[in-house]
Amino acid sequence: MRFKTFSSPHMAPARSVNRVMGQVLLALIPGTAAMTWYFGWGVLINVSLAVTVALACEALMLLMRGRTLTPHITDLSAVLAGWLFALAVPPLTPWWVTLVGVGFAMVMAKHLYGGLGYNPFNPAMVGYVVVLISFPREMTLWLSPSVIAELNLSLPQTFTAIFAGTLPDGLTWDTITAATPLDRIQTGVGQAHPISEIQASPFFGYLGGVGWEWIGLWFLVGGLWLLKRGVIGWQIPAAMLGTLTLLSGLFWLINPETYASPLFHVFSGAAILGAFFIATDPVSASTTPRGRLIFGAGVGALVFVIRTWGSYAEGVAFAVLLMNMMVPLIDHYTQPRVFGKTTAGKEG
Amino acid sequence: MNDTPYGKIIADGLWYNNAALVQLLGLCPLLAISGTVVNALGLGLATTLTLIASNVSVSFIRNWVRPEIRIPIYVLIIASVVTAIELAMNAYFHELYLVLGIFIPLIVTNCAIIGRAEAFASKHTIPKAFVDGLIMGIGFTLVLVALGGMREVIGQGTLFDQAHLMFGEAARGLTVTLIEDYRGFLLAILPPGAFIGLGLLLAIKNLVDDQLEKRATRRAEALREAQA
Repeated sequence: MRFKTFSSPHMAPARSVNRVMGQVLLALIPGTAAMTWYFGWGVLINVSLAVTVALACEALMLLMRGRTLTPHITDLSAVLAGWLFALAVPPLTPWWVTLVGVGFAMVMAKHLYGGLGYNPFNPAMVGYVVVLISFPREMTLWLSPSVIAELNLSLPQTFTAIFAGTLPDGLTWDTITAATPLDRIQTGVGQAHPISEIQASPFFGYLGGVGWEWIGLWFLVGGLWLLKRGVIGWQIPAAMLGTLTLLSGLFWLINPETYASPLFHVFSGAAILGAFFIATDPVSASTTPRGRLIFGAGVGALVFVIRTWGSYAEGVAFAVLLMNMMVPLIDHYTQPRVFGKTTAGKEG
Repeated sequence: MNDTPYGKIIADGLWYNNAALVQLLGLCPLLAISGTVVNALGLGLATTLTLIASNVSVSFIRNWVRPEIRIPIYVLIIASVVTAIELAMNAYFHELYLVLGIFIPLIVTNCAIIGRAEAFASKHTIPKAFVDGLIMGIGFTLVLVALGGMREVIGQGTLFDQAHLMFGEAARGLTVTLIEDYRGFLLAILPPGAFIGLGLLLAIKNLVDDQLEKRATRRAEALREAQA
């Protein structure tokens, strides 16, 4: 039997930007679908609105910068940024919040730094943090999955809620919105309630909050598919979730009544979404293999610190942005050894 | 002794060598106090007064101070001027003084002031030092007010909010609400808003300079062609 032999170099086909982005978008679909299942049509409306705004801002900035539209706007990076932003904000976020957040993300965080490949910060997270800081009230309008399932807001009703800010008769914002599980833990622990008592409320499921745990699981499925396809490296998600588990586990072992369990930490909020989809942004994350481990570990540790001792209940966005700032330093100290040279860069 | 014409002093102070936009000096008060127009104006005027007084004093003693000890002398002069202004503001604009707080005494650390003393006042006559202090101060104040206006409009949708702090009770009506029922954009009022705003102002200034330069080259070329 003869094997066909080829001469070196054996080069893998280059991955184009829009292929990578397209696969990431595909991987987001199961999680987004789960989120729509639990939180209603608002999620889909937000995604379409955010993607539209992102594409419009991208086109506008490309025109202003004198670039051609076609290769840049079809690379799907704007679509991904808008989509991630929409997943981060509450399902009935007013339209103008999305407009401000996505606009800021695309114009200030992406194009003013030079566009795709030059932005030091993850644009979607910059946009989210801007609205989180600027519109604290709107950003707390998370819905309770159980109430939403009962109400079953129709598509037009959700539409008016987002665009006109009015709810169907007989409903008020106070009755349909509810604190997220992370918020509940934070306020509860702040008032010295034991965690077991807080988690006895019907908002909590087996792993995280009701609904949230399934959303997390479906994002995990999408993320694992991305890993298998080789679109993202294993280092950042593994380091981030590992550090989060390790730290929260350590504190949980010390006192399970004031520190939530590691499973709860991983399966609530945006931990999984952040680990696989946000922190792995190829532009703003670290690029060296060892650097990615440090970067992921830093994000995980910061998420735990912010959730446990910070004034915000969820810290993925802040953690990612803070670690984005460290990337040049991390990359500088983790340069891999070049073949034929010593680690110090001398001829070996 | 340098002899700078008055026209150049004015153009430099307001535009080409603006303390905030070109020298990038005094950024700490610029960023901290530019939340509203009134605060910005108050701090800008206090800084202008300090600049004038310190410039004139430094210029007055410039021939008697030995170069080895000039910096401590400038610091002493600036510190005395700032202390006097702080006391005066405490007496006449007490509420504004409370709002501006630590940033009034901190004018003493504003690099723009010692920078002008060293770079200009110590080498020029008293009238020129006076004009330089005035114009530099106005240039700084204008940037401060522009940034304050930007942050106030975007941040809370008003202009000249709390004008009575500065102009007395009669000025309460000066407050303009540009956007009714505005929810506020906190980011503009928080420190990041100051940094982003200053960045945008710098970008605008550089853009204008670029355009001016392009126009000048075009005009020069046209002139050369006309002569040829």
